[in-house]
Amino acid sequence: MTILVIVEHDKGTIVPATLNTITAANILAEPIEALVAGDDIKQVADAALQIASISKVLIADSGEYAHNLAENLAPLIHQIAPNYTHVFAPATTFGKNIMPRAAALLDVMQISDIIEVISQDTFKRPIYAGNALATVQSSDPIKLITVRSTAFDAAEASGGSATFESLSGTGSSQLSEFESSELSGSERPELTSAGIVISGGRGMQDSANFAMLENVADKLGAAVGASRAAVDAGFAPNDYQVGQTGKVVAPELYMAVGISGAIQHLAGMKDSKVIVAINKDEEAPIFQVADYGLVADLFVAVPELDSKLS
Amino acid sequence: MKILVPVKRVIDYNIKVRVKQDQSGVELNNVKMAMNPFDEIAVEQALRIKEAGDADEVVLVSIGPTQSQETIRTGLAMGADRGIYIEAPHETEPLSIAKLLARVAEQGKPGLIICGKQAIDDDSNQTGQMMSAFLGWSQATFASAISLTADNAIVTREIDGGLETIKVKMPAVITVDLRLNEPRYASLPNIMKAKKKPIDTLAVEELGVDITARLSVLKVEEPAVREAGIKVSSVGELVEKLQEEAKVI
Ligand SMILES: Cc1cc2nc3c(=O)[nH]c(=O)nc-3n(C[C@H](O)[C@H](O)[C@H](O)COP(=O)(O)OP(=O)(O)OC[C@H]3O[C@@H](n4cnc5c(N)ncnc54)[C@H](O)[C@@H]3O)c2cc1C
Ligand SMILES: Nc1ncnc2c1ncn2[C@@H]1O[C@H](COP(=O)(O)O)[C@@H](O)[C@H]1O
Repeated sequence: MTILVIVEHDKGTIVPATLNTITAANILAEPIEALVAGDDIKQVADAALQIASISKVLIADSGEYAHNLAENLAPLIHQIAPNYTHVFAPATTFGKNIMPRAAALLDVMQISDIIEVISQDTFKRPIYAGNALATVQSSDPIKLITVRSTAFDAAEASGGSATFESLSGTGSSQLSEFESSELSGSERPELTSAGIVISGGRGMQDSANFAMLENVADKLGAAVGASRAAVDAGFAPNDYQVGQTGKVVAPELYMAVGISGAIQHLAGMKDSKVIVAINKDEEAPIFQVADYGLVADLFVAVPELDSKLS
Repeated sequence: MKILVPVKRVIDYNIKVRVKQDQSGVELNNVKMAMNPFDEIAVEQALRIKEAGDADEVVLVSIGPTQSQETIRTGLAMGADRGIYIEAPHETEPLSIAKLLARVAEQGKPGLIICGKQAIDDDSNQTGQMMSAFLGWSQATFASAISLTADNAIVTREIDGGLETIKVKMPAVITVDLRLNEPRYASLPNIMKAKKKPIDTLAVEELGVDITARLSVLKVEEPAVREAGIKVSSVGELVEKLQEEAKVI
């Protein structure tokens, strides 16, 4: 039994969710190899070689892997997967895009977004926005799995001494091309791995008011998130959305400001260690999951919080 | 060009689901069902493409128990032209659904398939990508903007770091995200008209697809409930609790 983990990277660095994925894979206590695919990826490959629990790194350094296009990456995974019993990838937009395509090429049913590894064929995953947890057993010869990063700690990124092997490219499908990207880029910690997250909802009223949350975030070293309503209204960029169909976070502290607490939002944050809610409506459902609830007008409370933290 | 839109019947997103006592699944009896919200967005997009003159027919397909035909009707009332219904158990997995949908596409030869990024019941987020692989087509997932040229679709995708734009060859499978559009409501005249629109029925056997499940559900349970917290009366008290009691700041 050997396990393959697909490394997600932004060319220069390994995306943190990869390390959580490795921890999930490691529960099976079998050798783990990692695949790093991309164009001009020496730096990432070197970093992957350092990861403590990786025994071997497969490096596919070729132009067709430059922009993580699923049509080019899935055939590569399809080609090497038969050497493994399990293929793990993070349940990020990267993993969600490529893994099902590879699963179809292999004719296996992917196991999405697992939160627990029970045995080599049995896993737990949330369904219905996390309102139910399903334990599923796979009969496929190769298990293709995406991992919810917040459910597992990050693996040790250093101390390893993996060997490596270079793979030749599988060629371009010619089906799709990267055109451009518009990344939010921020000095603040990354939302899904931040220790503190402060999120704003429709109650924020406009994008300028998000600056109030950013001030508090900067004092606490926190990431900023948002509800769907806030993103839809243009108060915050799309990649801030926390929830069933956005990002899942589980920080030490989650502060929900002007967010009502719809089940789709709760799905993305209810595993946070401590939850704070600031809402002027004392009946708001968010208070049912909040450890500390403050019934107040956010336009008074947030500036006050800001000054108290100074 | 014909556009195919797969639509799934799911528990209405406003309903809080209940796990069955025997842990075999969630309660589906006497629960309000609706079209998967992402699929409404997919139908809306297909209709807009047709209205812009870039498509001449919008065909809906739903796989599931008999009542899935009501979901097709809902989409026909929004303005789609006709439906295809395939009877199968509610639990049919994305892998099998994708195979069935790919067969339907091979027979009907649409120029574009638009589907939801995720069904809000199984939260799998797989079917579109799998269908695209079976067809050997291009894929553009999590779309928040789509523009079509003669041979390509230019699609803006919602990704973890922000937005990305790709150009995919047609025919393509596009899976839609929340911000692509706001689905229309069906007007009364259109609801009446929809009653006369045709829905063809196909059998799984006719399509030659083996839908045996690869995953068996051993157990479905409720997640742990969070213990109720407290209300604080001031910002000062909040900060003190976070510092002294929770020790998180
Ligand atoms: C398919 C689907 C997927 C979805 N996915 C997600 C998802 O991933 N994430 C997500 O968040 N939502 C998601 N939603 C949307 C979800 O159902 C809710 O509509 C959304 O979470 C509501 O956002 P909100 O709480 O910001 O807005 P509202 O529900 O409008 O709540 C605003 C809150 O702000 C409070 N408020 C207003 N003014 C003030 C003030 N001055 N001071 C203090 N409080 C104030 C109000 O009391 C209210 O509670 C999804 C919905 C669907 C159908
Ligand atoms: N039973 C079904 N019938 C028709 N379309 C479906 C069905 N299941 C899934 N789909 C389509 O595939 C999308 C993604 O579903 P899933 O992969 O289950 O999250 C949905 O939004 C639908 O467009």
